[in-house]
Amino acid sequence: MAISEAVNQRAFARAPRRGAATLLLEDERWLAAALLLPTVILLGLFIAYPFVEGVLLSVSNARVGIPGHFVGLANFTALLSDSIFRVAVWNTFVYTAVATVLKLALGLWLALLLNRHFRGKAFTRAFILLPFIIPTVLSTFAWKWMFDPTFSVINWTLFQFGLIHGRINWLGNPDLALISVIIVNVWRGVPFFAISLLAGLQTINPELQEAAAIDGAKPWQRFWHVTWPLLLPVTMVVMLFSIIQTFADFQLVYVLTGGGPANATQLFATYAYQVGVGTGLLSEGAAISLAMFPFLLIIVVVQLLYIRRVEVH
Amino acid sequence: MIEGAKWRRWVYFYIPLGAFIVWLLFPFYWMLVTSVRPDRELYRPWMAPNYAPFWTAHPTLVHVVDLLTETLFARWMLNTLFIAIVSTIISLFCGLLAGYALARLKFPFGGSLGTGIFITYLVPQTLLFIPLADIIRNFQLGDTPWALVLTYPTFLIPFCTWLLMGYFKAIPRELEECARIDGATRWKAMLYIIFPIAVPGILSAGIFAFTLSWNEFIYALVFLSSAEQKTVAVGVTSELVRGDVFYWGQLMAGALLGSIPVAFIYSFFVEYYVAGLTGSVKG
Repeated sequence: MAISEAVNQRAFARAPRRGAATLLLEDERWLAAALLLPTVILLGLFIAYPFVEGVLLSVSNARVGIPGHFVGLANFTALLSDSIFRVAVWNTFVYTAVATVLKLALGLWLALLLNRHFRGKAFTRAFILLPFIIPTVLSTFAWKWMFDPTFSVINWTLFQFGLIHGRINWLGNPDLALISVIIVNVWRGVPFFAISLLAGLQTINPELQEAAAIDGAKPWQRFWHVTWPLLLPVTMVVMLFSIIQTFADFQLVYVLTGGGPANATQLFATYAYQVGVGTGLLSEGAAISLAMFPFLLIIVVVQLLYIRRVEVH
Repeated sequence: MIEGAKWRRWVYFYIPLGAFIVWLLFPFYWMLVTSVRPDRELYRPWMAPNYAPFWTAHPTLVHVVDLLTETLFARWMLNTLFIAIVSTIISLFCGLLAGYALARLKFPFGGSLGTGIFITYLVPQTLLFIPLADIIRNFQLGDTPWALVLTYPTFLIPFCTWLLMGYFKAIPRELEECARIDGATRWKAMLYIIFPIAVPGILSAGIFAFTLSWNEFIYALVFLSSAEQKTVAVGVTSELVRGDVFYWGQLMAGALLGSIPVAFIYSFFVEYYVAGLTGSVKG
């Protein structure tokens, strides 16, 4: 009793020494403002400001070193009749759609395989994430070397198995280039899908599976009626993340093909880079980048609505 | 486990899993083999009868030595390390404070600010790189590491904030209230009670942020121009490809060495990394 009183007295004795700043920070609102300040400054300076700047650039005719003046929507109307831009838009949608479907299918398959008990499971899981961890540009160079028409190890393997007779020009053939790029994107993305979906699978109570099995459900039915609906929330979020990343992808194509051959793998971002940085047409480049914005906005809105709906339930 | 005959286990489990592993890991093996293969073996067409792809009879370190002595590779590694560490520290600092405020304090516009930060989390770098390059030039930051140190937090802070918010929300309110009854200020309760509990989250966020900044490419490509300022990813891309000539041995050695820091950290903190990855998705 006496001790606790003494302790309390000491605490009270210390109280008056607190400065004005400490008192201000006792107010939740002021503390929140102080804590959020650094984040708001950095994000404002390097996200919000560039966004406004980008919009202003896209309605001007600025070049590198030349400020330019207001030209209205001229850059955007010019894009509509730009055949390369239309190819880039088409490619981006094909690239995103095909790669996402494949990543989901293969990632889910791999997650289901990893969800079983076997020896060396933790080890396997750690190694499988490597394509996702290793810097994309560096691992993409390995793929570029594997795709090399003269020295390709893939061609050699296919040839040894008797699957091909001539050489396949993976990146040089306009009909194949986009497929090759998609293969590499899927290779990089599957581990992310697999590990995220595996985390989702592990939260599903195994008793549900057992109950369904006792009721006579076949493995496929158990997956479709029990696992899949419970996994859907995680799947949706993973997919939306992946769609945004794939839609705005740059480095993979930049290293593998640079957008070629003959724009067969040109995407929004690579075309924006080529025009805005390569040629120095800042305003046109900014307009191409910003043309991604409506699509990204739709994806983000869908994601926010979905998360809100899940939180309500 | 799979019920039934042994062949079913092979068909439904071992073969598909094996195929996945080979597919996902082969490029790394290929990097390794290429980087120790002498040039005269390297440039042997695959149609040639003596093409032996999966091993080399005369392993050599000449590519690694060339990489370290004839190029600025070591410099690029140091640049990347500096940029990744500093931007990770900045992002962790901002993300910790902002995550705490958004998860545990009540204030006007708290909800909309949280949504705003979540939206910046989804802004890809390719959307803003052209106006941002202009701004970096105006701030006189072009071709310095600070151009990246200050811009990387734009995609790291939202991630750290979002991940740490999850950890903070899970800590019971009573803990903080006890400390405050004992006379701790809000500030001290945050610093000495809440932050220590969130250490696993801080570790996850830090490791994830480090690998993300090590992997970043387009900002580094656009904001840096001189060879000695470049990061590993940009240096390998621009300096080891001269015109149309690819120095494949050096390229693969560079890819391998450039991946080591990330792989090293990852190998020590796999569980934290996976927690960060899945936490970032769950939101």
